Amino acid sequence: SMLKETGPEWLSEEVKTGTTIIAIEFDGGVVLGSDSRVSAGSSVVNRVMNKLSPLHDKIYCALSGSAADAQTIAEMVNYQLDVHSLEIDEDPQVRSAATLVRNISYKYKEELSAHLIVAGWDRKNKGQVFATLNGLLTRQPFAVGGSGSSYVYGFVDAEYRKGMNKEECQQFVVNTLSLAMNRDGSSGGVAYIVSIDEHGTEEKVILGNDLPTFFDQ
Amino acid sequence: SASYDLSASTFSPDGRVFQVEYAMKAVENSSTAIAIRCKDGVVFGVEKLVLSKLYEQGSNKRIFNIDRHVGMAVAGLLADARSLSEVAREEASSFRSNYGHDIPLKHLSDRVAMYVHAYTLYSAVRPFGCSFILGSYDKDDGPQLYMVDPSGISHVSTHTHARTHMKEMTCREIVKEVAKIIYIVHDEVKDKAFELELSWVGEVTNGRHELVPKDVREEAEKYAKTREQADSMFIVGSI
Repeated sequence: SMLKETGPEWLSEEVKTGTTIIAIEFDGGVVLGSDSRVSAGSSVVNRVMNKLSPLHDKIYCALSGSAADAQTIAEMVNYQLDVHSLEIDEDPQVRSAATLVRNISYKYKEELSAHLIVAGWDRKNKGQVFATLNGLLTRQPFAVGGSGSSYVYGFVDAEYRKGMNKEECQQFVVNTLSLAMNRDGSSGGVAYIVSIDEHGTEEKVILGNDLPTFFDQ
Repeated sequence: SASYDLSASTFSPDGRVFQVEYAMKAVENSSTAIAIRCKDGVVFGVEKLVLSKLYEQGSNKRIFNIDRHVGMAVAGLLADARSLSEVAREEASSFRSNYGHDIPLKHLSDRVAMYVHAYTLYSAVRPFGCSFILGSYDKDDGPQLYMVDPSGISHVSTHTHARTHMKEMTCREIVKEVAKIIYIVHDEVKDKAFELELSWVGEVTNGRHELVPKDVREEAEKYAKTREQADSMFIVGSI
């Protein structure tokens, strides 16, 4: 007998933000970066998605994994931080934002499939980057995530230096994203960069043809 | 106050809630607890009346630890105060669990004050018959001091009552002054025996709230006893 028609794959595949995400700390702030490709199987359903989501004025998170899961976590924590900052009557700490993300990621780890990198600036500890993969919580000088990150571990490990300033960090982020987007089929599109420091938050987009090129271009 | 003082859910014609005022009387009639915020920390002192010679020294503590960084000194009904210290500990613990860091003192004070206030709204319960002082020290925010009374108001300590020079003194110096004050306010005739409970939180303890070490306490008591007849007296944040 004929097999039942299941329709095109991309209708039933989970929508993932294939993704490359990165966040790095410098003295006085952080820089976050992401690509913009959202894929459902082999179909690109959104080529310009901004995966850097604000949790508070000076705290952002980078989304990877299941698009719905990641977005929902980000929106929940954004809400929780809004209430929290009103209750304590001051700007929340980056660690608080990261802990809130971690608590959701850990509690629902069997049901969720998303990894958020939390990064931002607060008065007490200046720039901080936290990884929350699988429900852990750890502060790191920089963090990479998403399917594209596998292709650039070697690059970031070799190129990272302590004590880089904001501009060097921005360049580091752009280079990493560009390399990952070149090699990873699930990453691509444009690069979004967010820089946060004591003075404010700056969002930037770098279009495909403005990205740095390497040996094959 | 004929029939307007029977429950906390009744106002008197002149807008008072007598049950709350009576609860405050329990604090007024209690022995003294004070806390002084100084340059590098907060020092607590309590005039702990010893009701029986059969009690072990150090029993019925009136200074509590809330988390690692907050101290709480109480006056009034000790049983009520103990119950509130558990509430404060629970608040601090769940804050740490949710947000990953020490609870800010103002927030803790607001939360416990809200809890105390809730017990002034219903006739089924009575208000808490105690006031307490919360203090902490943080290297970024400095020393902080809050007080909560039975009506559920959280007061922040300002320097309006303190003489200026106390602001500039360190914990080690203030410990002696706190001991002195407790000895001065203690009425030898009315209440016989008392124990001086002293604790501090500040740079000297790296931000942890602890009972003052034995040698520091002995030195403070020695100072207090010799200066009892002394000169001017200031009581700050005292209840």
